[in-house]
Amino acid sequence: MKNISELQDIATQIRRDVLRMINSCQSGHPGGSLGCADLFTALYFNTMNAAPETFAREGRGEDMFFLSIGHIAPVWYSALARRGYFDIKELSTLRQLGSRLQGHPSYHSNLPGVRAASGSLGQGMSVAIGAALAKKLNGDSNLVFSLHGDGEVEEGQIWEAAMFAGANGVDNLISIIDNNGVQIDGRCKDVCGVVNLKQKFLSFGWDVLECDGNDMQTLLNTLEECKQHAHLGKPVMLVMKTQMGKGVDFMEDNNGWHGKAPNDEQMQNALSQLKETLGDY
Amino acid sequence: MKEYKILGEKDTRSGFAEGLLEAGRENENVVALCADLTPSVRMDLFAKEFPERFFQTGIAESNMVSIASGMALSGKVAFVGSFAAFSTGRTYDQIRQSVAYSDCNVKIAGSHAGITLGEDGATHQILEDIGLMRMMPNMVVINPCDFNQTKQATLAAARYNGPVYLRYGRPKVPVFIPEDMPFEIGKAITLNEGKDVSIFATGHLVWQALEACKQLEAEGINAEIINIHTIKPLDGKAVLNSVQKTGCAVSCEEHMYNGGLGDAIAQLLVRNHPAPMEFVGIDDEFGQSGKPMELMKHYHLMAEDIVLAAKKAINRK
Repeated sequence: MKNISELQDIATQIRRDVLRMINSCQSGHPGGSLGCADLFTALYFNTMNAAPETFAREGRGEDMFFLSIGHIAPVWYSALARRGYFDIKELSTLRQLGSRLQGHPSYHSNLPGVRAASGSLGQGMSVAIGAALAKKLNGDSNLVFSLHGDGEVEEGQIWEAAMFAGANGVDNLISIIDNNGVQIDGRCKDVCGVVNLKQKFLSFGWDVLECDGNDMQTLLNTLEECKQHAHLGKPVMLVMKTQMGKGVDFMEDNNGWHGKAPNDEQMQNALSQLKETLGDY
Repeated sequence: MKEYKILGEKDTRSGFAEGLLEAGRENENVVALCADLTPSVRMDLFAKEFPERFFQTGIAESNMVSIASGMALSGKVAFVGSFAAFSTGRTYDQIRQSVAYSDCNVKIAGSHAGITLGEDGATHQILEDIGLMRMMPNMVVINPCDFNQTKQATLAAARYNGPVYLRYGRPKVPVFIPEDMPFEIGKAITLNEGKDVSIFATGHLVWQALEACKQLEAEGINAEIINIHTIKPLDGKAVLNSVQKTGCAVSCEEHMYNGGLGDAIAQLLVRNHPAPMEFVGIDDEFGQSGKPMELMKHYHLMAEDIVLAAKKAINRK
Protein backbone atom coordinates (compact mmCIF):
# COMPACT_ATOMS: atom_id res chain seq x y z
CA MET A 1 0.00 0.00 0.00
CA LYS A 2 1.40 3.38 -0.97
CA ASN A 3 1.33 6.36 1.38
CA ILE A 4 -0.21 9.73 0.58
CA SER A 5 3.05 11.31 -0.45
CA GLU A 6 3.83 8.47 -2.87
CA LEU A 7 0.34 8.66 -4.37
CA GLN A 8 0.64 12.43 -4.80
CA ASP A 9 3.94 11.89 -6.59
CA ILE A 10 2.31 9.40 -8.94
CA ALA A 11 -0.51 11.85 -9.68
CA THR A 12 2.02 14.58 -10.46
CA GLN A 13 3.91 12.30 -12.82
CA ILE A 14 0.65 11.31 -14.52
CA ARG A 15 -0.08 15.01 -15.06
CA ARG A 16 3.34 15.42 -16.69
CA ASP A 17 2.67 12.39 -18.88
CA VAL A 18 -0.68 13.80 -19.97
CA LEU A 19 0.83 17.14 -20.99
CA ARG A 20 3.77 15.57 -22.82
CA MET A 21 1.55 13.08 -24.66
CA ILE A 22 -0.90 15.73 -25.83
CA ASN A 23 1.84 18.20 -26.73
CA SER A 24 3.66 15.55 -28.70
CA CYS A 25 0.76 14.82 -31.07
CA GLN A 26 -0.66 18.35 -30.80
CA SER A 27 -4.10 16.91 -30.20
CA GLY A 28 -6.19 15.70 -27.25
CA HIS A 29 -8.00 16.75 -24.09
CA PRO A 30 -5.80 18.04 -21.25
CA GLY A 31 -8.45 19.76 -19.05
CA GLY A 32 -10.44 16.76 -17.83
CA SER A 33 -7.36 14.54 -17.85
CA LEU A 34 -5.52 16.80 -15.39
CA GLY A 35 -8.61 17.15 -13.22
CA CYS A 36 -8.95 13.38 -12.88
CA ALA A 37 -5.26 12.51 -12.32
CA ASP A 38 -5.84 12.16 -8.57
CA LEU A 39 -8.82 9.87 -9.07
CA PHE A 40 -6.97 7.54 -11.48
CA THR A 41 -4.05 7.37 -9.07
CA ALA A 42 -6.35 6.53 -6.16
CA LEU A 43 -8.30 3.92 -8.13
CA TYR A 44 -5.38 2.10 -9.72
CA PHE A 45 -2.82 2.38 -6.90
CA ASN A 46 -5.09 2.04 -3.89
CA THR A 47 -8.82 1.47 -4.21
CA MET A 48 -9.32 -1.13 -6.91
CA ASN A 49 -8.46 -4.79 -6.74
CA ALA A 50 -6.93 -4.98 -10.23
CA ALA A 51 -4.48 -7.40 -11.79
CA PRO A 52 -2.32 -5.67 -14.42
CA GLU A 53 0.03 -8.61 -14.95
CA THR A 54 -2.77 -10.98 -15.87
CA PHE A 55 -5.18 -8.58 -17.51
CA ALA A 56 -8.18 -10.42 -18.95
CA ARG A 57 -11.15 -8.72 -20.53
CA GLU A 58 -13.73 -10.76 -18.62
CA GLY A 59 -12.34 -9.39 -15.35
CA ARG A 60 -13.30 -12.38 -13.22
CA GLY A 61 -12.12 -12.16 -9.64
CA GLU A 62 -11.09 -8.51 -9.87
CA ASP A 63 -12.62 -5.05 -9.90
CA MET A 64 -13.36 -3.59 -13.33
CA PHE A 65 -13.21 0.02 -14.53
CA PHE A 66 -15.02 1.66 -17.44
CA LEU A 67 -14.24 5.16 -18.69
CA SER A 68 -17.41 6.61 -20.14
CA ILE A 69 -15.84 9.98 -21.01
CA GLY A 70 -13.43 8.53 -23.55
CA HIS A 71 -11.87 11.89 -24.40
CA ILE A 72 -9.83 11.87 -21.18
CA ALA A 73 -8.05 8.76 -22.43
CA PRO A 74 -4.56 10.28 -21.85
CA VAL A 75 -4.91 10.21 -18.06
CA TRP A 76 -6.21 6.65 -18.18
CA TYR A 77 -3.40 5.51 -20.48
CA SER A 78 -0.81 7.07 -18.21
CA ALA A 79 -2.30 5.47 -15.08
CA LEU A 80 -2.45 2.09 -16.81
CA ALA A 81 1.16 2.33 -17.97
CA ARG A 82 2.42 3.56 -14.60
CA ARG A 83 0.53 0.69 -12.92
CA GLY A 84 2.22 -1.83 -15.23
CA TYR A 85 -0.45 -2.72 -17.79
CA PHE A 86 1.99 -1.84 -20.59
CA ASP A 87 5.37 -0.16 -21.04
CA ILE A 88 5.43 3.58 -20.30
CA LYS A 89 7.43 4.10 -23.52
CA GLU A 90 4.25 3.36 -25.46
CA LEU A 91 2.72 6.58 -24.07
CA SER A 92 4.69 8.45 -26.73
CA THR A 93 2.49 6.92 -29.45
CA LEU A 94 -0.78 8.61 -28.43
CA ARG A 95 -3.01 9.33 -31.44
CA GLN A 96 -0.42 8.19 -33.96
CA LEU A 97 -1.17 5.95 -36.94
CA GLY A 98 -1.08 2.31 -35.86
CA SER A 99 -0.94 3.09 -32.13
CA ARG A 100 -2.82 1.08 -29.51
CA LEU A 101 -3.38 4.42 -27.77
CA GLN A 102 -6.25 5.60 -29.92
CA GLY A 103 -7.61 9.13 -29.54
CA HIS A 104 -10.53 7.59 -27.68
CA PRO A 105 -10.19 4.21 -25.93
CA SER A 106 -10.63 1.14 -28.06
CA TYR A 107 -10.83 -2.54 -27.20
CA HIS A 108 -10.20 -3.18 -30.89
CA SER A 109 -6.60 -2.00 -30.60
CA ASN A 110 -5.80 -4.55 -27.85
CA LEU A 111 -4.48 -2.18 -25.21
CA PRO A 112 -4.31 -4.00 -21.85
CA GLY A 113 -6.64 -2.38 -19.34
CA VAL A 114 -9.27 -1.29 -21.87
CA ARG A 115 -12.36 -3.48 -22.12
CA ALA A 116 -14.73 -1.40 -24.27
CA ALA A 117 -14.63 1.55 -26.61
CA SER A 118 -15.86 4.93 -25.43
CA GLY A 119 -15.96 8.38 -26.92
CA SER A 120 -19.54 8.66 -28.03
CA LEU A 121 -20.86 9.86 -24.68
CA GLY A 122 -23.48 8.36 -22.41
CA GLN A 123 -22.88 4.66 -22.94
CA GLY A 124 -20.39 3.73 -20.23
CA MET A 125 -22.76 3.52 -17.28
CA SER A 126 -24.89 0.99 -19.17
CA VAL A 127 -21.81 -1.05 -20.13
CA ALA A 128 -20.67 -1.00 -16.49
CA ILE A 129 -24.13 -2.16 -15.37
CA GLY A 130 -23.84 -5.08 -17.81
CA ALA A 131 -20.47 -6.05 -16.34
CA ALA A 132 -21.91 -5.71 -12.81
CA LEU A 133 -24.87 -7.95 -13.67
CA ALA A 134 -22.49 -10.52 -15.15
CA LYS A 135 -20.48 -10.46 -11.90
CA LYS A 136 -23.65 -11.21 -9.97
CA LEU A 137 -24.50 -14.11 -12.31
CA ASN A 138 -20.95 -15.42 -11.90
CA GLY A 139 -21.01 -15.15 -8.11
CA ASP A 140 -18.09 -12.70 -8.22
CA SER A 141 -18.26 -10.20 -5.35
CA ASN A 142 -15.76 -7.75 -6.85
CA LEU A 143 -16.89 -4.29 -7.91
CA VAL A 144 -17.38 -2.36 -11.14
CA PHE A 145 -16.37 1.31 -11.33
CA SER A 146 -17.33 3.81 -14.04
CA LEU A 147 -16.35 7.43 -14.60
CA HIS A 148 -18.59 10.06 -16.16
CA GLY A 149 -18.56 13.76 -16.84
CA ASP A 150 -21.02 16.33 -15.56
CA GLY A 151 -21.52 17.49 -19.15
CA GLU A 152 -22.06 13.87 -20.14
CA VAL A 153 -25.17 13.58 -17.98
CA GLU A 154 -26.95 15.66 -20.61
CA GLU A 155 -27.09 12.41 -22.62
CA GLY A 156 -30.42 10.67 -22.12
CA GLN A 157 -28.91 7.21 -21.90
CA ILE A 158 -27.29 8.12 -18.58
CA TRP A 159 -30.77 8.45 -17.08
CA GLU A 160 -31.97 5.22 -18.69
CA ALA A 161 -29.01 3.55 -17.01
CA ALA A 162 -29.54 5.38 -13.71
CA MET A 163 -33.20 4.33 -13.63
CA PHE A 164 -32.35 0.70 -14.43
CA ALA A 165 -29.54 0.46 -11.86
CA GLY A 166 -31.69 1.99 -9.14
CA ALA A 167 -34.74 -0.13 -9.93
CA ASN A 168 -32.71 -3.34 -10.11
CA GLY A 169 -30.47 -2.70 -7.12
CA VAL A 170 -27.20 -2.99 -9.05
CA ASP A 171 -25.28 -2.58 -5.80
CA ASN A 172 -21.89 -3.78 -7.03
CA LEU A 173 -21.54 -0.67 -9.18
CA ILE A 174 -19.72 2.50 -8.09
CA SER A 175 -20.17 5.30 -10.62
CA ILE A 176 -18.24 8.53 -10.31
CA ILE A 177 -19.07 11.88 -11.86
CA ASP A 178 -16.22 14.28 -12.53
CA ASN A 179 -18.06 17.39 -11.43
CA ASN A 180 -15.75 20.10 -12.75
CA GLY A 181 -18.68 22.26 -13.78
CA VAL A 182 -17.49 22.99 -17.29
CA GLN A 183 -17.93 21.55 -20.77
CA ILE A 184 -16.91 22.61 -24.28
CA ASP A 185 -19.47 25.37 -24.68
CA GLY A 186 -19.18 26.80 -21.16
CA ARG A 187 -20.50 26.20 -17.63
CA CYS A 188 -22.62 23.03 -17.41
CA LYS A 189 -25.31 24.89 -15.50
CA ASP A 190 -25.59 27.41 -18.34
CA VAL A 191 -25.35 24.94 -21.21
CA CYS A 192 -28.23 22.73 -20.07
CA GLY A 193 -28.98 23.27 -16.40
CA VAL A 194 -26.78 20.53 -14.94
CA VAL A 195 -27.46 21.14 -11.25
CA ASN A 196 -28.40 19.15 -8.14
CA LEU A 197 -26.70 15.95 -9.26
CA LYS A 198 -26.92 14.48 -5.78
CA GLN A 199 -30.68 14.95 -5.58
CA LYS A 200 -31.16 13.64 -9.10
CA PHE A 201 -29.39 10.35 -8.37
CA LEU A 202 -30.98 10.00 -4.93
CA SER A 203 -34.38 10.24 -6.61
CA PHE A 204 -33.33 7.45 -8.99
CA GLY A 205 -32.67 5.16 -6.02
CA TRP A 206 -28.90 5.52 -5.69
CA ASP A 207 -26.74 5.95 -2.63
CA VAL A 208 -24.87 9.23 -3.24
CA LEU A 209 -21.61 10.47 -1.75
CA GLU A 210 -19.73 13.68 -2.46
CA CYS A 211 -16.12 14.70 -2.09
CA ASP A 212 -13.25 16.89 -3.26
CA GLY A 213 -11.67 14.92 -6.12
CA ASN A 214 -8.39 16.83 -6.02
CA ASP A 215 -7.51 16.12 -2.40
CA MET A 216 -5.84 12.72 -2.24
CA GLN A 217 -6.62 11.89 1.38
CA THR A 218 -10.26 12.91 1.06
CA LEU A 219 -10.54 10.96 -2.18
CA LEU A 220 -9.04 7.80 -0.67
CA ASN A 221 -11.33 8.01 2.34
CA THR A 222 -14.43 8.61 0.26
CA LEU A 223 -13.66 5.81 -2.18
CA GLU A 224 -13.28 3.46 0.79
CA GLU A 225 -16.61 4.73 2.07
CA CYS A 226 -18.14 4.03 -1.37
CA LYS A 227 -16.89 0.45 -1.11
CA GLN A 228 -18.52 0.15 2.31
CA HIS A 229 -21.79 1.30 0.74
CA ALA A 230 -21.60 -1.40 -1.98
CA HIS A 231 -23.59 -4.64 -1.69
CA LEU A 232 -26.27 -2.91 0.36
CA GLY A 233 -29.04 -2.94 -2.24
CA LYS A 234 -28.34 0.31 -4.09
CA PRO A 235 -25.90 1.45 -6.76
CA VAL A 236 -23.38 3.95 -5.41
CA MET A 237 -22.69 7.36 -6.94
CA LEU A 238 -19.75 9.56 -6.04
CA VAL A 239 -20.15 13.16 -7.15
CA MET A 240 -16.55 14.28 -7.18
CA LYS A 241 -15.80 17.99 -7.27
CA THR A 242 -12.68 18.69 -9.33
CA GLN A 243 -11.06 21.52 -11.18
CA MET A 244 -10.56 21.17 -14.91
CA GLY A 245 -6.85 21.56 -15.69
CA LYS A 246 -5.85 20.98 -12.03
CA GLY A 247 -2.13 21.46 -11.39
CA VAL A 248 -1.42 23.91 -14.22
CA ASP A 249 -2.37 27.45 -13.21
CA PHE A 250 -3.31 28.79 -16.64
CA MET A 251 -5.50 25.75 -17.41
CA GLU A 252 -7.41 25.59 -14.13
CA ASP A 253 -11.17 26.00 -14.37
CA ASN A 254 -10.85 27.12 -17.97
CA ASN A 255 -13.05 25.34 -20.51
CA GLY A 256 -10.77 26.60 -23.28
CA TRP A 257 -8.47 23.74 -22.28
CA HIS A 258 -11.11 21.04 -22.67
CA GLY A 259 -9.75 19.86 -25.99
CA LYS A 260 -6.74 22.00 -26.89
CA ALA A 261 -3.11 20.89 -27.00
CA PRO A 262 -0.48 23.09 -25.31
CA ASN A 263 2.26 24.37 -27.61
CA ASP A 264 5.92 23.87 -26.61
CA GLU A 265 6.16 27.11 -24.66
CA GLN A 266 2.91 26.44 -22.79
CA MET A 267 4.03 22.92 -22.03
CA GLN A 268 7.34 24.09 -20.58
CA ASN A 269 5.45 26.53 -18.39
CA ALA A 270 3.08 23.74 -17.32
CA LEU A 271 5.86 21.21 -16.65
CA SER A 272 7.70 23.76 -14.52
CA GLN A 273 4.73 23.59 -12.16
CA LEU A 274 4.83 19.77 -11.93
CA LYS A 275 7.86 17.99 -10.49
CA GLU A 276 9.21 14.98 -12.35
CA THR A 277 8.72 12.37 -9.63
CA LEU A 278 8.97 8.93 -11.27
CA GLY A 279 10.91 9.85 -14.39
CA ASP A 280 9.35 10.90 -17.68
CA TYR A 281 8.63 8.18 -20.23
CA MET B 1 -38.89 -27.96 -60.18
CA LYS B 2 -38.21 -29.36 -56.77
CA GLU B 3 -41.41 -29.51 -54.69
CA TYR B 4 -41.62 -27.72 -51.35
CA LYS B 5 -44.62 -28.66 -49.25
CA ILE B 6 -46.24 -26.19 -46.90
CA LEU B 7 -45.73 -27.80 -43.50
CA GLY B 8 -47.97 -25.28 -41.76
CA GLU B 9 -48.30 -21.54 -41.21
CA LYS B 10 -46.24 -20.00 -38.42
CA ASP B 11 -44.59 -16.67 -37.64
CA THR B 12 -40.81 -16.48 -37.83
CA ARG B 13 -40.73 -14.78 -34.41
CA SER B 14 -41.97 -18.05 -32.91
CA GLY B 15 -39.01 -19.76 -34.54
CA PHE B 16 -36.81 -17.26 -32.72
CA ALA B 17 -38.60 -18.07 -29.45
CA GLU B 18 -37.87 -21.78 -29.78
CA GLY B 19 -34.30 -21.20 -30.95
CA LEU B 20 -33.54 -18.87 -28.04
CA LEU B 21 -35.02 -21.34 -25.55
CA GLU B 22 -32.91 -24.14 -26.96
CA ALA B 23 -29.80 -21.92 -26.97
CA GLY B 24 -30.46 -21.14 -23.30
CA ARG B 25 -30.67 -24.84 -22.50
CA GLU B 26 -27.50 -25.53 -24.49
CA ASN B 27 -25.36 -22.80 -22.93
CA GLU B 28 -25.80 -21.36 -19.44
CA ASN B 29 -23.98 -18.19 -20.52
CA VAL B 30 -26.84 -17.20 -22.83
CA VAL B 31 -28.74 -14.20 -21.43
CA ALA B 32 -31.60 -12.18 -22.91
CA LEU B 33 -32.61 -8.55 -22.50
CA CYS B 34 -35.84 -6.98 -23.65
CA ALA B 35 -37.24 -3.45 -23.76
CA ASP B 36 -40.87 -3.98 -22.76
CA LEU B 37 -41.88 -6.15 -25.73
CA THR B 38 -41.20 -9.59 -24.28
CA PRO B 39 -44.21 -11.50 -25.70
CA SER B 40 -44.19 -9.55 -29.00
CA VAL B 41 -40.57 -10.28 -29.90
CA ARG B 42 -41.02 -13.74 -28.41
CA MET B 43 -38.50 -13.74 -25.60
CA ASP B 44 -41.27 -15.03 -23.35
CA LEU B 45 -40.34 -18.71 -23.47
CA PHE B 46 -36.76 -17.94 -22.45
CA ALA B 47 -37.87 -15.50 -19.73
CA LYS B 48 -40.19 -18.11 -18.23
CA GLU B 49 -37.64 -20.92 -18.14
CA PHE B 50 -34.60 -18.80 -17.21
CA PRO B 51 -35.89 -15.84 -15.15
CA GLU B 52 -32.46 -15.29 -13.57
CA ARG B 53 -30.91 -14.88 -17.03
CA PHE B 54 -33.62 -12.58 -18.40
CA PHE B 55 -33.38 -8.80 -17.93
CA GLN B 56 -36.24 -6.37 -18.41
CA THR B 57 -34.75 -2.97 -19.24
CA GLY B 58 -37.97 -1.04 -19.71
CA ILE B 59 -38.50 1.13 -22.77
CA ALA B 60 -34.82 2.05 -23.05
CA GLU B 61 -33.28 0.34 -26.05
CA SER B 62 -29.98 2.24 -25.97
CA ASN B 63 -29.39 1.24 -22.37
CA MET B 64 -30.37 -2.34 -23.22
CA VAL B 65 -27.81 -2.65 -26.02
CA SER B 66 -24.99 -1.17 -23.94
CA ILE B 67 -25.83 -3.36 -20.91
CA ALA B 68 -25.68 -6.35 -23.27
CA SER B 69 -22.23 -5.21 -24.35
CA GLY B 70 -21.03 -5.12 -20.73
CA MET B 71 -22.42 -8.60 -20.13
CA ALA B 72 -20.87 -9.93 -23.34
CA LEU B 73 -17.39 -8.60 -22.58
CA SER B 74 -17.75 -10.40 -19.25
CA GLY B 75 -18.27 -13.71 -21.04
CA LYS B 76 -22.03 -13.84 -21.64
CA VAL B 77 -23.82 -14.48 -24.94
CA ALA B 78 -26.25 -11.58 -24.84
CA PHE B 79 -29.43 -11.41 -26.94
CA VAL B 80 -31.28 -8.09 -27.06
CA GLY B 81 -34.78 -7.88 -28.45
CA SER B 82 -37.10 -5.21 -29.73
CA PHE B 83 -38.92 -4.34 -32.93
CA ALA B 84 -36.31 -4.14 -35.69
CA ALA B 85 -36.97 -0.40 -36.07
CA PHE B 86 -35.85 0.17 -32.48
CA SER B 87 -33.26 -2.56 -32.02
CA THR B 88 -31.27 -1.20 -34.98
CA GLY B 89 -32.30 2.34 -35.93
CA ARG B 90 -32.77 3.75 -32.46
CA THR B 91 -29.59 2.15 -31.12
CA TYR B 92 -27.24 2.51 -34.07
CA ASP B 93 -24.60 4.41 -32.12
CA GLN B 94 -24.66 1.96 -29.20
CA ILE B 95 -24.33 -1.00 -31.57
CA ARG B 96 -21.52 0.75 -33.42
CA GLN B 97 -19.39 1.74 -30.42
CA SER B 98 -20.25 -0.75 -27.68
CA VAL B 99 -20.96 -3.86 -29.76
CA ALA B 100 -19.34 -3.94 -33.22
CA TYR B 101 -16.26 -1.77 -32.60
CA SER B 102 -15.85 -3.31 -29.14
CA ASP B 103 -16.00 -6.89 -30.53
CA CYS B 104 -18.81 -7.90 -28.20
CA ASN B 105 -20.71 -11.16 -28.47
CA VAL B 106 -24.12 -9.51 -28.69
CA LYS B 107 -27.02 -10.74 -30.82
CA ILE B 108 -29.39 -8.00 -31.97
CA ALA B 109 -32.83 -9.53 -32.48
CA GLY B 110 -35.03 -7.43 -34.75
CA SER B 111 -38.62 -8.62 -34.74
CA HIS B 112 -41.51 -7.20 -36.80
CA ALA B 113 -39.05 -6.26 -39.55
CA GLY B 114 -40.19 -5.01 -42.92
CA ILE B 115 -43.51 -4.03 -44.45
CA THR B 116 -45.36 -7.11 -43.12
CA LEU B 117 -45.42 -5.58 -39.66
CA GLY B 118 -48.65 -4.23 -41.14
CA GLU B 119 -51.16 -1.99 -39.46
CA ASP B 120 -48.79 -0.03 -37.17
CA GLY B 121 -47.46 1.81 -40.22
CA ALA B 122 -44.20 3.40 -41.30
CA THR B 123 -42.88 4.41 -37.86
CA HIS B 124 -42.54 0.72 -37.01
CA GLN B 125 -41.92 -0.78 -40.48
CA ILE B 126 -38.19 -0.46 -40.81
CA LEU B 127 -37.00 -1.07 -44.37
CA GLU B 128 -33.43 0.15 -43.89
CA ASP B 129 -32.19 -2.17 -41.14
CA ILE B 130 -30.29 -4.62 -43.36
CA GLY B 131 -28.40 -1.67 -44.83
CA LEU B 132 -27.72 -0.12 -41.43
CA MET B 133 -26.30 -3.34 -40.03
CA ARG B 134 -24.51 -4.40 -43.23
CA MET B 135 -22.49 -1.19 -43.29
CA MET B 136 -21.08 -1.92 -39.86
CA PRO B 137 -17.69 -3.68 -39.84
CA ASN B 138 -17.67 -6.88 -37.79
CA MET B 139 -21.44 -7.46 -38.05
CA VAL B 140 -23.13 -10.62 -39.35
CA VAL B 141 -26.60 -10.05 -40.86
CA ILE B 142 -29.11 -12.91 -41.05
CA ASN B 143 -32.67 -12.75 -42.39
CA PRO B 144 -34.24 -16.23 -42.21
CA CYS B 145 -37.26 -17.16 -44.31
CA ASP B 146 -39.59 -19.29 -42.19
CA PHE B 147 -40.19 -20.73 -38.74
CA ASN B 148 -37.75 -23.63 -39.07
CA GLN B 149 -34.96 -21.55 -40.55
CA THR B 150 -35.39 -18.82 -37.92
CA LYS B 151 -35.04 -21.41 -35.17
CA GLN B 152 -31.88 -22.76 -36.79
CA ALA B 153 -30.50 -19.27 -37.39
CA THR B 154 -31.06 -18.30 -33.74
CA LEU B 155 -29.16 -21.35 -32.55
CA ALA B 156 -26.37 -20.67 -35.07
CA ALA B 157 -26.15 -17.05 -33.89
CA ALA B 158 -25.85 -18.21 -30.27
CA ARG B 159 -23.04 -20.59 -31.17
CA TYR B 160 -21.18 -18.00 -33.27
CA ASN B 161 -18.75 -15.77 -31.35
CA GLY B 162 -19.33 -12.17 -32.42
CA PRO B 163 -21.99 -9.56 -33.17
CA VAL B 164 -25.00 -10.76 -35.16
CA TYR B 165 -28.11 -8.99 -36.41
CA LEU B 166 -31.00 -11.44 -36.65
CA ARG B 167 -33.98 -10.08 -38.59
CA TYR B 168 -37.37 -11.76 -38.38
CA GLY B 169 -41.04 -10.96 -38.86
CA ARG B 170 -44.45 -10.73 -37.32
CA PRO B 171 -47.09 -12.49 -39.50
CA LYS B 172 -47.77 -16.17 -39.97
CA VAL B 173 -46.20 -17.34 -43.22
CA PRO B 174 -45.75 -20.75 -44.86
CA VAL B 175 -43.30 -23.14 -43.21
CA PHE B 176 -41.49 -25.01 -45.98
CA ILE B 177 -37.84 -25.45 -44.96
CA PRO B 178 -37.46 -29.03 -43.67
CA GLU B 179 -36.41 -29.17 -40.01
CA ASP B 180 -33.34 -31.19 -40.91
CA MET B 181 -32.07 -28.89 -43.70
CA PRO B 182 -28.51 -27.88 -42.72
CA PHE B 183 -28.00 -24.23 -41.78
CA GLU B 184 -24.62 -22.59 -41.79
CA ILE B 185 -24.00 -18.85 -41.34
CA GLY B 186 -22.76 -17.43 -44.65
CA LYS B 187 -23.73 -20.46 -46.71
CA ALA B 188 -26.50 -19.92 -49.28
CA ILE B 189 -29.07 -22.65 -49.94
CA THR B 190 -29.98 -23.57 -53.51
CA LEU B 191 -33.67 -24.42 -53.34
CA ASN B 192 -34.07 -25.09 -57.06
CA GLU B 193 -31.48 -25.50 -59.76
CA GLY B 194 -32.11 -23.68 -63.03
CA LYS B 195 -30.35 -22.31 -66.07
CA ASP B 196 -32.24 -19.22 -67.30
CA VAL B 197 -32.18 -16.77 -64.39
CA SER B 198 -30.78 -16.65 -60.85
CA ILE B 199 -33.31 -15.51 -58.26
CA PHE B 200 -31.75 -14.59 -54.92
CA ALA B 201 -34.25 -14.20 -52.10
CA THR B 202 -34.17 -13.52 -48.38
CA GLY B 203 -36.74 -13.50 -45.57
CA HIS B 204 -40.44 -13.69 -46.36
CA LEU B 205 -39.74 -13.33 -50.07
CA VAL B 206 -38.16 -16.77 -50.35
CA TRP B 207 -41.59 -18.40 -50.42
CA GLN B 208 -42.72 -15.87 -53.04
CA ALA B 209 -39.65 -16.74 -55.11
CA LEU B 210 -40.58 -20.44 -55.01
CA GLU B 211 -44.11 -19.55 -56.14
CA ALA B 212 -42.61 -17.44 -58.93
CA CYS B 213 -40.46 -20.39 -59.94
CA LYS B 214 -43.59 -22.48 -60.53
CA GLN B 215 -45.19 -19.76 -62.66
CA LEU B 216 -42.00 -19.32 -64.68
CA GLU B 217 -41.74 -23.06 -65.21
CA ALA B 218 -45.26 -23.10 -66.66
CA GLU B 219 -44.00 -20.59 -69.23
CA GLY B 220 -40.93 -22.69 -70.01
CA ILE B 221 -38.48 -20.62 -67.99
CA ASN B 222 -36.10 -22.52 -65.76
CA ALA B 223 -35.24 -20.39 -62.70
CA GLU B 224 -32.56 -21.06 -60.12
CA ILE B 225 -33.81 -20.14 -56.65
CA ILE B 226 -31.19 -19.37 -54.05
CA ASN B 227 -32.02 -18.59 -50.44
CA ILE B 228 -29.57 -16.01 -49.11
CA HIS B 229 -30.33 -16.17 -45.40
CA THR B 230 -27.00 -14.55 -44.49
CA ILE B 231 -26.66 -11.21 -46.21
CA LYS B 232 -23.33 -10.52 -44.54
CA PRO B 233 -21.00 -12.25 -45.06
CA LEU B 234 -22.54 -12.86 -48.48
CA ASP B 235 -21.93 -16.26 -50.03
CA GLY B 236 -20.18 -14.71 -53.03
CA LYS B 237 -19.15 -18.03 -54.47
CA ALA B 238 -22.74 -19.27 -54.65
CA VAL B 239 -23.90 -15.99 -56.24
CA LEU B 240 -21.15 -15.92 -58.87
CA ASN B 241 -21.42 -19.61 -59.74
CA SER B 242 -25.12 -19.22 -60.34
CA VAL B 243 -24.94 -16.02 -62.41
CA GLN B 244 -22.05 -17.38 -64.48
CA LYS B 245 -24.41 -20.22 -65.39
CA THR B 246 -27.69 -18.28 -65.93
CA GLY B 247 -26.35 -14.93 -67.16
CA CYS B 248 -28.78 -12.72 -65.21
CA ALA B 249 -30.05 -12.10 -61.69
CA VAL B 250 -33.02 -10.94 -59.61
CA SER B 251 -32.84 -10.00 -55.93
CA CYS B 252 -35.93 -10.25 -53.70
CA GLU B 253 -36.26 -8.73 -50.25
CA GLU B 254 -38.66 -6.98 -47.91
CA HIS B 255 -36.31 -4.00 -47.68
CA MET B 256 -35.18 -0.88 -49.53
CA TYR B 257 -33.16 -1.35 -52.67
CA ASN B 258 -30.62 0.90 -50.97
CA GLY B 259 -28.35 -1.04 -48.69
CA GLY B 260 -30.11 -4.36 -48.96
CA LEU B 261 -29.45 -7.81 -50.41
CA GLY B 262 -29.75 -6.47 -53.96
CA ASP B 263 -27.09 -3.87 -53.28
CA ALA B 264 -24.75 -6.53 -51.90
CA ILE B 265 -25.23 -8.79 -54.92
CA ALA B 266 -24.94 -5.93 -57.43
CA GLN B 267 -21.67 -4.81 -55.88
CA LEU B 268 -20.31 -8.35 -56.14
CA LEU B 269 -21.45 -8.79 -59.75
CA VAL B 270 -20.15 -5.40 -60.93
CA ARG B 271 -16.73 -6.25 -59.57
CA ASN B 272 -16.54 -9.82 -60.78
CA HIS B 273 -19.11 -10.74 -63.39
CA PRO B 274 -21.27 -7.89 -64.71
CA ALA B 275 -24.71 -9.19 -65.73
CA PRO B 276 -28.26 -7.82 -66.15
CA MET B 277 -29.95 -7.58 -62.77
CA GLU B 278 -33.41 -6.61 -61.53
CA PHE B 279 -34.49 -5.71 -57.99
CA VAL B 280 -37.66 -6.70 -56.15
CA GLY B 281 -37.88 -4.55 -53.03
CA ILE B 282 -38.95 -1.10 -51.96
CA ASP B 283 -37.71 1.87 -53.93
CA ASP B 284 -36.77 4.70 -51.57
CA GLU B 285 -40.08 5.28 -49.82
CA PHE B 286 -41.63 4.75 -46.39
CA GLY B 287 -44.35 2.18 -45.81
CA GLN B 288 -47.89 2.70 -44.51
CA SER B 289 -50.66 0.98 -42.58
CA GLY B 290 -52.42 -2.03 -44.08
CA LYS B 291 -52.76 -5.78 -43.82
CA PRO B 292 -49.45 -7.58 -44.41
CA MET B 293 -50.50 -9.24 -47.67
CA GLU B 294 -52.19 -6.05 -48.92
CA LEU B 295 -48.92 -4.25 -48.36
CA MET B 296 -46.89 -6.98 -50.06
CA LYS B 297 -49.13 -6.55 -53.13
CA HIS B 298 -49.12 -2.75 -52.96
CA TYR B 299 -45.32 -2.58 -52.86
CA HIS B 300 -44.89 -5.25 -55.55
CA LEU B 301 -43.25 -7.90 -53.41
CA MET B 302 -45.34 -10.89 -54.61
CA ALA B 303 -44.55 -13.91 -56.79
CA GLU B 304 -46.02 -12.22 -59.87
CA ASP B 305 -43.67 -9.27 -59.36
CA ILE B 306 -40.71 -11.63 -59.19
CA VAL B 307 -41.92 -13.30 -62.43
CA LEU B 308 -41.99 -9.91 -64.20
CA ALA B 309 -38.53 -9.01 -62.89
CA ALA B 310 -37.13 -12.37 -63.99
CA LYS B 311 -38.48 -11.96 -67.52
CA LYS B 312 -37.09 -8.44 -67.70
CA ALA B 313 -33.64 -9.65 -66.60
CA ILE B 314 -33.72 -12.49 -69.16
CA ASN B 315 -34.69 -10.05 -71.93
CA ARG B 316 -31.71 -7.87 -71.12
CA LYS B 317 -29.20 -10.71 -71.58
